[in-house]
Amino acid sequence: MSTFDNPFDPNRNLRAGCACGQHQSAAEHEQATALRCDPVESEEKRYEGVVASAVMRAMFPQDLARRAFLKSVGASTALAALSQFFPLQTATEVFAQAGTPEKKDLKVGFIPITCATPIIMAAPLGFYAKHGLNVDVVKTAGWAVIRDKTINKEYDAAHMLAPMPLAISLGLGANAIPFAVPAIENINGQGIVLASKHKDKRDPKDWKGMKFAIPFDYSMHNYLLRYYLAEHGIDPDTDVQLRSVPPPEMVANLRADNIDGFLAPDNICQRAIYDGVGFMHLLSKEIWDGHPCCSFAASREFITTAPNSFAALTRAIVDATAYASKAENRKQIAEAIAPANYINAPVTVLEQVLTGTYADGLGGVKTDEKRVDFDPFPWQSFAVWMLTQMKRWGQIKGDVDYKAVAEQVYLATDTRKLMTEMGLAPPAGSYKSFAVMGKTFDPAKPEDYLAGFKIRKAS
Amino acid sequence: MTTASLRIRAGLVSIVLLVAFLGVWHLAVRSTAPVATMSAEYAKLMGLTATQGKSAMPGPLDVGAKLWEHVRRPFYDNGPNDKGLGIQLGYSIARVGTGYLLAVLVAIPLGFLIGMSPLLSQALDPFIQVLKPISPLAWMPLALYTIKDSSISAIFVIFICSIWPMLLNTVFGVASVRKEWINVARTLEVGTIRRAFTVILPAAAPTILTGMRISIGIAWLVIVAAEMLVGGTGIGYFVWNEWNNLSITNVIIAILLIGVVGMLLDQILARFTRMVTFPE
Repeated sequence: MSTFDNPFDPNRNLRAGCACGQHQSAAEHEQATALRCDPVESEEKRYEGVVASAVMRAMFPQDLARRAFLKSVGASTALAALSQFFPLQTATEVFAQAGTPEKKDLKVGFIPITCATPIIMAAPLGFYAKHGLNVDVVKTAGWAVIRDKTINKEYDAAHMLAPMPLAISLGLGANAIPFAVPAIENINGQGIVLASKHKDKRDPKDWKGMKFAIPFDYSMHNYLLRYYLAEHGIDPDTDVQLRSVPPPEMVANLRADNIDGFLAPDNICQRAIYDGVGFMHLLSKEIWDGHPCCSFAASREFITTAPNSFAALTRAIVDATAYASKAENRKQIAEAIAPANYINAPVTVLEQVLTGTYADGLGGVKTDEKRVDFDPFPWQSFAVWMLTQMKRWGQIKGDVDYKAVAEQVYLATDTRKLMTEMGLAPPAGSYKSFAVMGKTFDPAKPEDYLAGFKIRKAS
Repeated sequence: MTTASLRIRAGLVSIVLLVAFLGVWHLAVRSTAPVATMSAEYAKLMGLTATQGKSAMPGPLDVGAKLWEHVRRPFYDNGPNDKGLGIQLGYSIARVGTGYLLAVLVAIPLGFLIGMSPLLSQALDPFIQVLKPISPLAWMPLALYTIKDSSISAIFVIFICSIWPMLLNTVFGVASVRKEWINVARTLEVGTIRRAFTVILPAAAPTILTGMRISIGIAWLVIVAAEMLVGGTGIGYFVWNEWNNLSITNVIIAILLIGVVGMLLDQILARFTRMVTFPE
């Protein structure tokens, strides 16, 4: 029985009806294990529901006794009776306020790509303000700079590629500083774009000798592109050239013929098509549907010195993510984040990315509503997968304790607690299995998974 | 009479060159006919480059129109990442000014000391020679890492890059003051300090100011690169932000403004140089 069930429903089935025994029906089980980020009608109602359930449960800890009581008096009478001697309204307000933030004026860095949508839109659409924060979202030139500025405490928290906090915590490419990820920004939303002249070279086996750009070494883009190439028998270290190029320069480089293609974050992919220099070969979703891309990260130090500010920030991001995950809000979001103060890109391009109805660069219009999606839950199995790829491509040398690192950096437990308090329904587990190009990944056996790859960097 | 007519003729040639340049530019970037046939639905999702064969390079008219827009509202402020060009230039000039003044405060006294002592001059020479040619951006990661503040890092980079020409020129100017003048001062029993200020300084001033003029040019070159890297504010950030949006029009405007401001800074120091130059 979960916090989100209605305890005022006398007809609620007390016997579990699904395979795992935690849900009422098989359908509900499905929904809970899939994704769950549906915001409730209104904030107050949500909190009120949570508080009322808690009080009701405290009074009648026995499910059967509560049911008998509800049956005899009716749900609304019960609620009215309850509020007679328990100040539900006040309790709800107290609950919703949570702790006062230690620091209200915060700076959050971002890179101008659509992955940062929740971080950016939370400013113009007032999600930070709603949680009592005054946040400046600051545009930053590149991943290395955002890393250094966050480490230097110029930013309190920042938009980072999902593998970056892992790399920083492990001390890869920087001094080891413990970082944490309370929320994933987006899932999917990347793509492989090739120069228009390669229209007929759609089979990766023909790509030997080509040059590809990726945004950063510690990025999902790097791992996904390498994975994709390797699955097609191309060794990414010897058969092709991979270059780390800042996203805005990718389109210019593609036009100038310096590169043959790239796996890049969106609005850059769509921008290349919009400017007529390339076409969409593949959405990253087709490699791994539901893959994480960017994350919202902060240093452990910030979390311990300002836990309430951090919690409020996370709440704002989770809220914004929930809002962004709804298809009907996407157009409004595209308009809100397009101006020069935020992403600085044509609205048409952002709309195509966010609504999923886009020109593919080959003369066709395609629709894929899940081209980019938003889901805040930081699955620790994502982190384990990234660590296996870091090891596969020689970024991590020697042994690594997958689980320990994943649990230290990806704060699944804290985010679950927070989401529960917010009246959302986070998943029960922190690990889930998924398939990348048809190959199932079992987070419990990372070494076996790693051993299954033929193409990897010889260590 | 002859100088006046030369000036008029030179001005005419300048204008002709400018008009010719703008004309060629305008013709070179004209739109061609629609490149490929595409469905209306598809065309709506594409940019002008793809649908009308518009060149990716803007023409002079586009740039002019955009420039007028910027000139009309130079000081708007739409939040931390979008400010008017006037504000951005202000930030850049303030950074350059701070870094440059710090460099002046260090380079000139130090150059004086080194120049007056042949021993120090020779001992420090190898260090100066090694540090002088280092590219400003090579200092950036080091500065960010040690100073841990991006705006101070930018100022530090200006400082470190503009210090060398001033230092070397001061050393050279001080060391090459005519021996006769110093000997005359010595015979008149002028003290060291007084000698430095009344004899050496005026004699070396033109060389020192030439060094300062070279330095301000370098400082202005460096600021754009530094701001592109650290971001936030300044004309370099503006270039980067518009580059992000692939707005070549705005990039061209920024280039134009960077040139104009650089020229003004140079002219100011040129005027100072003329003030201290003396006929021998």
